[in-house]
Amino acid sequence: MSKVLLDIKNLHAEIEDEGKAILKGLNLTVKAGEIHAVMGPNGAGKSTLASVVAGKDGYEVTDGSVNMDGIDLLDLDPDERAKEGLFLAFQYPIEIPGVSNINFLRTAINEIRDYRKDEPMSAKEFMALVREKSKLVELDSKLASRSVNEGFSGGEKKRNEIFQMAMLDPKVAFLDETDSGLDIDALRVVAAGVNKLKSENNAVIIITHYQRLLDYIIPDFVHVLADGKIVKTGDKSLALELEEKGYDWLTEEKTV
Amino acid sequence: MTLVLSEKMDAFLSELDVPSNDIQSNVIERVKGMDFPTTRDEYWKYTRVGKISNTKFTNTSTTSADIDVQSHLISDNYIIIENGKIRSDISQINNDFEVNYTSATAVNHLVNLNDNDVFTALNAGLFDQAITIKIAANQTIEKPLQLVFLSTGERVMANNRILIDSGKSSAAALVVSTISQGANSCFNNTITEVNVAENAHLTIHKIQNESASNLSISTEQVKQAKNSTFKINTFTLTGLLIRNNINIAVAGENCETYMNGAIVSSGKQHVDNHTYVDHQVPNCYSNENYKYVMDDHSNGVFNGRVIVQKDAQVINAYQNNGNILLSDNASINSKPELEIYADDVKCSHGSTTGQLDESALFYLQTRGISLANAKKLLVSAFIGEVIRSTENEAVTQLIERLLQTEYGWDFS
Ligand SMILES: Nc1ncnc2c1ncn2[C@@H]1O[C@H](COP(=O)(O)OP(=O)(O)OP(=O)(O)O)[C@@H](O)[C@H]1O
Ligand SMILES: [Mg+2]
Repeated sequence: MSKVLLDIKNLHAEIEDEGKAILKGLNLTVKAGEIHAVMGPNGAGKSTLASVVAGKDGYEVTDGSVNMDGIDLLDLDPDERAKEGLFLAFQYPIEIPGVSNINFLRTAINEIRDYRKDEPMSAKEFMALVREKSKLVELDSKLASRSVNEGFSGGEKKRNEIFQMAMLDPKVAFLDETDSGLDIDALRVVAAGVNKLKSENNAVIIITHYQRLLDYIIPDFVHVLADGKIVKTGDKSLALELEEKGYDWLTEEKTV
Repeated sequence: MTLVLSEKMDAFLSELDVPSNDIQSNVIERVKGMDFPTTRDEYWKYTRVGKISNTKFTNTSTTSADIDVQSHLISDNYIIIENGKIRSDISQINNDFEVNYTSATAVNHLVNLNDNDVFTALNAGLFDQAITIKIAANQTIEKPLQLVFLSTGERVMANNRILIDSGKSSAAALVVSTISQGANSCFNNTITEVNVAENAHLTIHKIQNESASNLSISTEQVKQAKNSTFKINTFTLTGLLIRNNINIAVAGENCETYMNGAIVSSGKQHVDNHTYVDHQVPNCYSNENYKYVMDDHSNGVFNGRVIVQKDAQVINAYQNNGNILLSDNASINSKPELEIYADDVKCSHGSTTGQLDESALFYLQTRGISLANAKKLLVSAFIGEVIRSTENEAVTQLIERLLQTEYGWDFS
């Protein structure tokens, strides 16, 4: 049996300033080699889940735990979580003028290596990796050396997220609506990229609104997140059912 | 005229030797009736000079034997000036520029320059030898001439006087480094007069990397003739109190004027840049971009004054001042002063002050970069724009190296 890579138990989180609860007792267990899809209505807390797991400021975890491969993530700074193997592809990737994609990735990789007590990556090795991984998501090599996401189209930003994921080779990756804004061809390319990165030793959690992506990246589990909790879990057929019926039947069922 | 003698000035002058010639002793006599500026003076509103005016500086000549400025040199054509005294013995100059050292008695206009400014008057009364630099007409000089103003010792006042004359259709650059070696509470008082002749191109790179207790006031008085281009880049890394005055009279048509500044401050540093462009004639362009990154309790002042005179039509004048405060205790006073008396003019100014972008910091952290390194990346990106605008690879590299040494910021 494969080992548990991410274990979220009874997670409660609120907005720090407002005391508004967003996650209300969320449970999610992800094993090595698995792909999970998280779906759910707008405002349900999907991005918040990813943000809290990644350690974003502004949220307070009031109860519960998040464990990644035996490590309590909630105790760590965001960069330490990444160094332990967590990755988050942003729903809205940030533009950082003046910081080149390549330079910041080299900084990141060498910091991560240093944390793991590995030797720094040589410039040659690094450039070879950039070439290999940008090919994987068909990211224009010019984009790889431009400022992070600055002036990138919506689709290019999403590709760049997956390019970074490929460069950093995480254990657990959250992909937050990576499919939205992608045209059909780009969707195929990005999905193929994710499938190639997938292995028996890592896991991917895909947050999406559209069943379409799940035709390309076949999930082992589909979860419905509503009002801060996982309210239903099924296999990939659940996504089809949701496409047809929407979420009302689930949220109503709950209130009955 | 009777002079009301200022006790404060008397005390200030008490340990300073006045060169023994009539011209300079007369200037100092006049200085005795002057006072230091206070924050009631509009020009000094945000900068207190008490750290200067309350200190008894000396200027007696002592020279150090073990000077090592190698790490600051980017040219093989350089003059080293220690505490206001030219060190010909350790300087190295070739014939690219015509360099002369002149005593006060030979620089006859010196007392007329901005008569009422006490620091200008002090400089006139106390400087040892002026450095006059001529760039011959029609000459293009590839390698810059570097002036290295070095402070050594304790409470030493250096009065530096530079005259730069760039001939018609010449092109050249100067690097002016102000540095320290074992200096404590020294004061550099520097005046540079610049004439940019018709069709000439002149660039000055100022690199201010003094000891953390040093004080500095420097003034550039620049005059541009028609079709000329003048650029001045100011990089301030260290020093307790730094005040830079750049005054540019654009007296000929079709001129271009560029002023850039990158200021990085920490501790209790106070850095004040006052710039003044006087567009006297039509058809000119000026562009100014100053960026401050301020940490700890440091304090910044930016005052950018632009005047477009009545008949100076078709002027494009742009000004930008961007500031990042890395600490809640850092502060900046930013003030554009645009006075426009002509109607066919394009002027713009922008001023922004803020912290580093939180969402960008988080984004970088999620990629495994520590908060400290994420900040460095963003700061480097912010002022890197100015640092790369030197059009001189050696200057850019030197500044990047100095920033790496002083602040651990990596630009590679
Ligand atoms: N920093 C914040 N400040 C205030 N409210 C927030 C903050 N972050 C999230 N919220 C609120 O929490 C709720 C959940 O937001 P979240 O972004 O997690 O939803 P989502 O499930 O990802 O929705 P979508 O499908 O639209 O992306 C929303 O009501 C949102 O407005
Ligand atoms: Mg979302």
